[in-house]
Amino acid sequence: MPKPDDLHFFIDPHRCIGCQACVQACTECDTHRGESMIHLEYVNRPESVQTVPVVCMHCHQPTCAEVCPADAIKRTGDGVVQSARKPRCIACGNCVVACPFGVPEVYEDRKIMMKCDMCYDRSSVGKKPMCATVCPSQALFFGTREEIERLRPLSAPVNTFQFGGQTITTHVYMMVPKKLATPAARVDVAAAMDEQPRNRVVSLRVLNADPFAEVDV
Amino acid sequence: MAQLPADPLRIIERFGPHLSSMAGVRLSTSVEPERLVKTHCCFCGQQCGIQLKVRDNQVIGFEPWEEFPFNRGMLCPKGVKRYLQGSHPDRLTTALRRDSSAPGGFSSMPYADAIARVASEIGRLQQAHGPGAIGVLSGASLTTEKTYLLGKFARVCLKTPFIDYNGRLCMVSAGAANKKAFGIDRVTSPWDDMVGTEVIWAAGSNVAECSPITTNYLWQAREQGARIIIQDPRITPIARTCDLYLPVKPGRDAALFAGVLQIMIERDWLDHAFIDEHTTGFDKVAEYCTQWTLPRTSEVTGVPQAALMQAAEWWGQARTSFLLHARGIEHHSNGVENSLGSINLVLASGRIGRPHSGYGTIVGQANGQGGREHGQKCDQLPGLRDISNPDHRRYIAGVWGVDEHELPGPGVDAYEMFRKIDRGEIKGLISICFNPKVSLPDNAFVTRCLDKLEFYSAIDFFLNDTAWHADIVLPGSLHEEDEGTVTQVEGRIIKINKAVDCPGDAREDWRIIQDIARALGRPHGFTFESPREIFEELRVASKGGVADYSGVTYEKVTEQMGVFWPCYSEDPRTGAAIDHPGTPRLFERGSYNAVAKGSGPFYFPDGRARFNVAEYRPPVDDASDEYPVYLTTGRVVSQFLSGTQTRRIGPLVKQYPEPRIEIHPRLAARLGIKDGEWATAETRRGAITLRAQVVTTIRPDTIFIPYHWAGKKSVNQVTVAAQDPVSKIPQYKVCGCRVRPADGPPDYAAVLEPQQ
Repeated sequence: MPKPDDLHFFIDPHRCIGCQACVQACTECDTHRGESMIHLEYVNRPESVQTVPVVCMHCHQPTCAEVCPADAIKRTGDGVVQSARKPRCIACGNCVVACPFGVPEVYEDRKIMMKCDMCYDRSSVGKKPMCATVCPSQALFFGTREEIERLRPLSAPVNTFQFGGQTITTHVYMMVPKKLATPAARVDVAAAMDEQPRNRVVSLRVLNADPFAEVDV
Repeated sequence: MAQLPADPLRIIERFGPHLSSMAGVRLSTSVEPERLVKTHCCFCGQQCGIQLKVRDNQVIGFEPWEEFPFNRGMLCPKGVKRYLQGSHPDRLTTALRRDSSAPGGFSSMPYADAIARVASEIGRLQQAHGPGAIGVLSGASLTTEKTYLLGKFARVCLKTPFIDYNGRLCMVSAGAANKKAFGIDRVTSPWDDMVGTEVIWAAGSNVAECSPITTNYLWQAREQGARIIIQDPRITPIARTCDLYLPVKPGRDAALFAGVLQIMIERDWLDHAFIDEHTTGFDKVAEYCTQWTLPRTSEVTGVPQAALMQAAEWWGQARTSFLLHARGIEHHSNGVENSLGSINLVLASGRIGRPHSGYGTIVGQANGQGGREHGQKCDQLPGLRDISNPDHRRYIAGVWGVDEHELPGPGVDAYEMFRKIDRGEIKGLISICFNPKVSLPDNAFVTRCLDKLEFYSAIDFFLNDTAWHADIVLPGSLHEEDEGTVTQVEGRIIKINKAVDCPGDAREDWRIIQDIARALGRPHGFTFESPREIFEELRVASKGGVADYSGVTYEKVTEQMGVFWPCYSEDPRTGAAIDHPGTPRLFERGSYNAVAKGSGPFYFPDGRARFNVAEYRPPVDDASDEYPVYLTTGRVVSQFLSGTQTRRIGPLVKQYPEPRIEIHPRLAARLGIKDGEWATAETRRGAITLRAQVVTTIRPDTIFIPYHWAGKKSVNQVTVAAQDPVSKIPQYKVCGCRVRPADGPPDYAAVLEPQQ
């Protein structure tokens, strides 16, 4: 079994089928049993079945922790940003507003912020997080860099993101297509029925400098 | 029985479906399980390996089973939450009798009295009207041991020809086509073979929602260079990013396959050596295809010519390929021809029986494969034997220790059994693992028939919608309360292990069947003490048949993590005893099978596969001026079949609470239907009112409704009871309908919870 340090989390929305196995499995996790920390949303269901799973990206310099007035959010030595510490968290919601990925949530009934901790009880001992274990499309993948390079030759892991002037690097990687030849996603059956397909598809334009996908509908 | 024993709302109030949730020990993080039981999911035909956490005779959670080779820990949402079906408030823990004075219409009774009553009613009806007055309906979610026992029970104990099962609604079109083309009814290859192939063509298969684990095989194949072709009237999640999407009009699949084969013939993209050496019948198929010119195929199927040409180019010129199909092409009055059309594409390519080249149907039900092999089908005996074949009858009669002349002949399909009930020919019914009031088409007819029965006994763990009509309900076992084998989608026999005991008076289904036999005074052949004993007899019964399990043992299944049949106890060439590992890949060149005896790889005496003319016929009750829209039906990922189990699991109900009408914005705008508002879909059978979901991911001439709900939410109120003439599968996937904004919310909206 690889050492926990060698294992990384990779997200590939291209593969996601929106089945919610991750969401259902997340509620089984020991650190937040009964609550899912994963956000799985349709991007725009009227026009597409595209869904995007969002787990905590576990930033190297977590904005949520930087803005926390109570110093309640800690990043452990292995790079995992933990949920707010109960004795410190004042449920102010600064982290919710500040997180560029929209991950943390304040649970008003408990007066605490909770979020994905990469199944710390599992991943800290070399096991896969629940979501990445069960994911039937392996849009959520947990493994070594060598494994992802061998298994996913069509895409590359990216962990540097630009938000305005802020550059963020993360412990979790997003998989982005290596070339533009990736088939355009289909959104409208009517377009596929035409002999000369109309420009009615979503195209992902991936730039080298900016790993963020620009979406044209 | 003329009426339900109580108002439906009172039955629902007492027996559900209510929702289970994570509570008590299932929510606690301080409670450790006593043990982990390695077993499989109880739902679809993928049969993912899973470990159940057990404590105090209760399943309290799950742990992924990452060593099991098919799914390696992966699970869909149903698998993740399957453990919440146990310790459920709706669980039947006693026998019930119909009692209109009781709240909910049923009162508890001692198990022994219930068995005595069932036996006396069967005895009475058979004495008055003959053995065929009793029918048995069974299911493909049962273990293979139980399906074997039920087939034997019908023929030997009840002596009735009338047994059939809900696989009739699932795999029979593919099964009939497979037998016609290959002489054997099984997927050709393990799923691992997909990774490394050049083209995967999935026809009528919503892979992502109906067989989610197969998704990773498709995506992984693509990473290694495969192109994915999806043929479907909807952009399902697997179609969203496929390489080629064929937006076929519902019910036009045979035409599509013929048109593509015609292009391949014109361009000479054929494997002539394979066709000459290993097949028969190509010329007739080629002759039929000449009428399927590209313009005509495009016109009939609704698929652009360019897309058809692209499909033919990729399929015709590939070196390795996989063709998969599912209910989308099989649930048709032309389902066998549709399946045969796809097989013709495979045979013309010669890409079968080799690494990275295969063909198969993706089974839908848990034991969709094993359940269709060992005799619960109306015309079949164990080992995929034929009940009309004198040799087969003699062999099985010998195993069962009865005179061959005492074995009844073929019965009729499940729907025809209801027509026999309607005509008064079948007067008594025993059902298990089948909820026809929800799952059969035109189910108002089914409901009327249930009310005509003189006696009906249902075996189940929850009171399903059909069992509302029962006189006696016997409390059976949940999946985790018994052991046995199941054969999953790849043809791999796997082991279901018991995790907990049955609660209260409930007991294992095979015990209940045997108790009825004993109470009837016909215990001969029904004195098994365990599923293992049943399996040992099944091994003998299947020996020499096409589905030969004779070399399979519980130990081998556990050690190998599955055994692919055929698995022989004796070398079919020499007759010498062998330790056979099973047959992961069928039809390899030079392979030996018991039918061809070395003359070729296929399961016919000459060893050759058969091309069959796969003729396109328009659907019955097709769209018309009066009913201009196509209605098609299917599944959602969080629910399973008639919902008896999944509509009782809280987190799954929350994921997709109620059925909706999927409709394209272009059609919705024309009809004045708005997203989220009530709409009524009407066919020649009746009407259904549900909320509309306006999406561009469906053909503008088609609407889609999922089928997992009961009563007024059941789409099978309006589907057509047309059947394939060979397989007898109902035409669930298309009928003509019209749609309009509803006059207002339906009556049920104010009184029922979403799952009810």
